[in-house]
Parts: sequence; C-alpha cells; structure tokens
Amino acid sequence: MRPTPKSVASRSRKIKEIPTSLSLEKAPSGIAGLDEITGGGLPRGRPTLVCGSAGCGKTLFAMEFLVRGAVEHGEPGVFMSFEETEEELAINVASLGFDVRQMVKRKQLAIDHVRVERNEIEETGAFDLEGLFVRLRLAIESVGAKRVALDTIESLFSSLPNPAILRSELRRLFRWLKDQGMTTVITGEQGVGTFTRQGLEEYISDCVIFLDHRVNDQISTRRLRVVKYRGTTHGSNEYPFLIDETGISVLPITSLRLDHKASSERVPTGIERLDEMLGGGYFKGTTILCSGSAGTGKTSIAAHLVRAACAKGERCLFFAFEESSAQLLRNMGSIGIDLGCYIANGSLDLVASRPYAQGLEMHLLSIHKAVTQREPALVVIDPVSNLVGSGSQLGSNSMLTRLLDFLKNRGITTLFTSLTEGGADTEQTSVGISSLIDTWLVLDVVRGGGERNHTLDIVKSRGMAHSNQTTEYRISDQGVLLLDTYLGPSGVLTGSARLAREAADRAQVALQEEEIARQQALRGIRRNAFDGRLATLQGEFAVEDAELDRDIQERIRQRDGAPAARAAMARSRQAFARAPGAGHGKHNGKHGGKGHRT
Amino acid sequence: MTKAATARREKARAAKATPVPNPLWELRLYIAGRTAKAVAALSNLQHICDERLVGKYRIEVIDLLRNPALGRGDQILAIPTLVRRLPNPVKKIIGDLSNARRVLVGLDIKEL
Repeated sequence: MRPTPKSVASRSRKIKEIPTSLSLEKAPSGIAGLDEITGGGLPRGRPTLVCGSAGCGKTLFAMEFLVRGAVEHGEPGVFMSFEETEEELAINVASLGFDVRQMVKRKQLAIDHVRVERNEIEETGAFDLEGLFVRLRLAIESVGAKRVALDTIESLFSSLPNPAILRSELRRLFRWLKDQGMTTVITGEQGVGTFTRQGLEEYISDCVIFLDHRVNDQISTRRLRVVKYRGTTHGSNEYPFLIDETGISVLPITSLRLDHKASSERVPTGIERLDEMLGGGYFKGTTILCSGSAGTGKTSIAAHLVRAACAKGERCLFFAFEESSAQLLRNMGSIGIDLGCYIANGSLDLVASRPYAQGLEMHLLSIHKAVTQREPALVVIDPVSNLVGSGSQLGSNSMLTRLLDFLKNRGITTLFTSLTEGGADTEQTSVGISSLIDTWLVLDVVRGGGERNHTLDIVKSRGMAHSNQTTEYRISDQGVLLLDTYLGPSGVLTGSARLAREAADRAQVALQEEEIARQQALRGIRRNAFDGRLATLQGEFAVEDAELDRDIQERIRQRDGAPAARAAMARSRQAFARAPGAGHGKHNGKHGGKGHRT
Repeated sequence: MTKAATARREKARAAKATPVPNPLWELRLYIAGRTAKAVAALSNLQHICDERLVGKYRIEVIDLLRNPALGRGDQILAIPTLVRRLPNPVKKIIGDLSNARRVLVGLDIKEL
C-alpha cells in the first residue's frame, strides 16, 4: 500500500488547496474590542464557552452577542436561559440600551426560559433531553436563527438527576448545534480548579473565553482572556473590559504598533515666555507631562494651554480628578483665566470625577468614549497620578500606554499633570510614564531664605530645540508669569534673592545714569566755556583786524596819492621838484634819489 | 391553526384511549417520536394506572415532534416526562417509568 509518486504529488496539491477552503470562518461578536483580539470574532458555526465566576458578565456577554448579531450583522439569535425569565432578562439588559422585547416582536430574537425545579422531578428510568432539542429547534426555526446562546446550561446538573445521562446529552447537544451551523455561546460557572463546574470545557474545544472579576485594593477590575481558540491565532493576554450603559467593551492592546503620524505644527502653550523656551510651543499631537509637587501650578499651566486652544476655536476636553468643575473654574478665574466662557460656547468640556469612584479601566473607557464622541484637539488629564492610584502599578502602566497611544493615533495633543509626592525626586514620576512623554515640564520648589519659590525646567522636549534654563515663575492674577533669570554664584536666584538682586541692579543702573548725566552736564559747561573764549578771541581778533586794515588802507592811499601830488607840484613849478612836505623823510629820500638819478 | 388542530386531534385520540370521561387523575406523557423509551414509558404508565387508578384517570400523550410548541408550557426538557396535572400540585416524573415504585412515589399514588 505504498503510495505511488503520482498519488503523493496529488496529495500535496490537495494540501496546498486546503487553507482557502477550510480557513476558519468567524462571526463578529459585536462586542467592542473582542473581535480585534480574536482576529474577527467567534468561530462561526461552532460553540464557544464563556466561563467565569458569578457576576463576571457571562449573561451579558451572551446577550450582547445575540443582540449585536441580530441588529448589526443580520443574524437572528436564540437565547435559551436556564436561570432568568424573559421578563428579568429584558429588564436586566434594558439598562444597557437593548430593547429585547421589541427585538422579539421583530423576530430578531427568540428567548426561551427553561425552568426546571429539582423538587418537582422524580427520575424513574432512562431518559434523554430530546425535549430541550425540540424546544431549541423550534426557537431556531421561529426566527431563522444563526446564533444561539445557552445561559448556564450547567444549572441542569443541579435540577436533573443522573449526571451521566446529562453529560452524554450535552455532548450530543453541542454536536447537534455544530451540525446546525449555529454560532453558539455557552456560559458556564467557574469551578474550583476548572473553568466550569461540570467540566464543559471538555466538550467545547473550539473556543474558550474566560471572564474574570477581581477586586484589588477594594477596586474591581474585569478581565477577559481567550483561553483557547482552535485553528486561529489570538491575543492570549488578559484584557481589561468594562460593562457600562453600552454593554461590554474590551480594551485591546492593539495600538502598540507605534505608527502614529508626527506633525510639525506647533501648539502655543498660552504662556508667551514658555513658547519662546520651547521654540514656538508644543508639537501638535504630542504628549506633554507637567509634573511637580503640590501647589506648583500644574493645573494653571494646563489651563493656559486650554485657554490658548479654545481661543483658537479648538475643542478641548479637561478631565479633572481633583477638583469639581465649579471649583476649577473659580480657581482658574482667580488667576485671570476665564474658562467658563469656553464651556458656554461649547469648545471646552470639563469632566470631573473622583479617581477612586471606579477602577482605572473604567476611567480610561470613559476617557475613550468622551474622546470618541467629542473629537477634541486637546485633552488634559489632571492629574494622571491620581488615576494611577486607582489601579495596580503594572496594570496602570499598560493602561496608560494604551491611552497615550489611543490619543496619539488620533493626533490629539495631550497634557498630563502628575503630582510628585513631597520629598520625592521631582524627575521621578510616580506613574513611570515619563519615557512615553514627548515634552516634560518639571515644576520645582526652591526653598531657602524663609520662602518657597517656583522654578520650571524643560526636562525634555522631543524634536525641538528648547531652553535649558531653569526659570522662575510666579502665579499672579494674570496667570503664570515666567520671570527674568538672575544667575547668582550658586545658580539661579529666586524669590527675595532675586528681588534683592533686581534692586541692586536697579540701583546700579540709577547710579550709572546719574554719572552719565553729570558727565553730560560737565561737557556742556566745558563747551560753553570754550565757546565764550572763542567769542572773546574772535572779538579781539576782529578789532585788531579792523585796525590793521585801516592802517593798510591809509598807507595804500598815501602810496597811491604821492606821485600825483608830486606831478602836480612839478607842473606848478615846471620843474622836476620834489614836494618837500609829502610823506616821511625815508620815502622822500628814496624818491629823491630816484629823482636825482633820472 | 394546524398546530391547534393537531393538538385537538391528539387530545381527542388520547381521550378515546381513556375509559372515564370525568377523571380524577389527569396525566400527560410527553414523548418525542415513538422511540423505544417512549413506547416503554407508555406501556409502563398504562400498566400502573390500570393497576392503581382504575377508572379514575386520563392519559394524554403529546408527541413533541408533532407539537413542538407544547413543550414550553410544561417546561419539558427530558423525554419522556410524565406530568401529573391533576390532582394538584403539578408533579413531573422523568424517565421511561420502568421503576414502578418511584413512579408511585412521584405521583403520590400511595395514599389511595
């Protein structure tokens, strides 16, 4: 019976064809986030076991699976309840926004309540569960169901005798449901050391989902785990999930891909000098952490950013976990930041809640939902350290990572404030999220000289040149003011030291100015003196000049007048005679001599 | 309509089988097809009634394969199930009724 080479070849061809024809088909569960974990939903046409302890949300899971299947995917369902009546179910899930009665009327859903009272029943011989099959078949046919939920079928074990028969009958039931092509959810109560009390997981081997409801430090968290899922890859972690007014939401860590876009657009911080220090503001869509000890003005810095964004007409979401909305508005109003008008015009939403009111997961979901609804450009979480207090350290880190990635993927600028406990290193966040942060402002308190002063450092700011200067700031009625930096011998001067230095500087300046004025006055006086002397000299010179001029003119006149007179005299004497009385002797002599020679 | 009609026919057929028109004991046996268990149950029941409840009973046999909707009213899961509708209170006995002693206990027939 050795295979010939030809048959081997044909077999290998067959194997190659298999994946397309036999790949596992999945039915979308309709439960938010679960389909991402399971890669598309529950195995179509096969049973899925959903197990967990009391109150973990099994019934709701089953109901939501049916309701969403009917409403969103056009697959009617049958809910066979072994615990609650139709009315109870309808009321229970009405609080989650499902109108089951209406769905039953529209033939989208059939509910069958199976009630078996142990004390009414006497076993008198061999029996089977054909009655259950008949009812199920009837219900399936009545709505043309594609989905079936059996809510705690295990309760049959307590109401019917003879577990051996029950086991074989249940095995037959699951087989039958599979043959009918029903995508089935079977719920089961968690047993001691087993997933279900009656070991249903032995019969349902296609998909097992375990729901857990834990209380740590008095705060409950719900978690979901896909224990097995035959024939497909699936996320095997525990995923937190929530039950709220829209049903079950699982928060998958699918966003750890790190593929968010990076914008180079700047978001003004709302504080002029801080913009300068950051080279223009935060980057849009980045995460900013503002950490500091109590009373350092973390919220105020956040409020500045909110005001700047609202003023530009952007939507903001402010999650306050420390103050009520009214208190926050009053406090920000006292430092000159009026946020009330932005609430009034709808650009700002304040969501205030106590961090301990619910678990971290619940908070994160409410943040998720608010963000999805409002689509803000800016989200402030004040403070994130309080939020973390409501969950375990390990859990909160992964949750915050998820939150950050969620916000980043949406291109939302996020500012977290974080309270540093007194005495702790300011660059140590209790949250341990600093590595996820793009821009980190550390607000510090400098104590000395009998006072506390505030300084601001930009510890890091990814992707931008930023100031390395520790800057003092003051919270005034105009908001946060970054002050001039004064460097002293032991670093930056703050508070009174800075004031003293400022005063000294002012005195120095005044002194300098006085000196300059004095010098300028002296210069004026000197110039005046010089001008005076110059005028005197000019006067004297003018006098002398005039005298000399007159003398010269006289002599010129004399010089030019003498020959004419001599000629006239000679004419009158008819001789070449010299006029005896004309001019000085010297001249006469000379002239005479000349005359003689001629 | 048809279902109701079949139900009526079934009832009539069952009534024909019972000897007394105004019975004290109203018993209803649910089966799903004429299986071996169903046949055994009916014959066991008939036997017990003929022995202990002569002339005071009426047996109604409901085949859920024919009338699936009837299974819901009496909350039938196991097949066969015998329901004692009268006298009150309602009692249910499951199985093929092969254990006669337990059937009597279940139906509270001992007191007669």
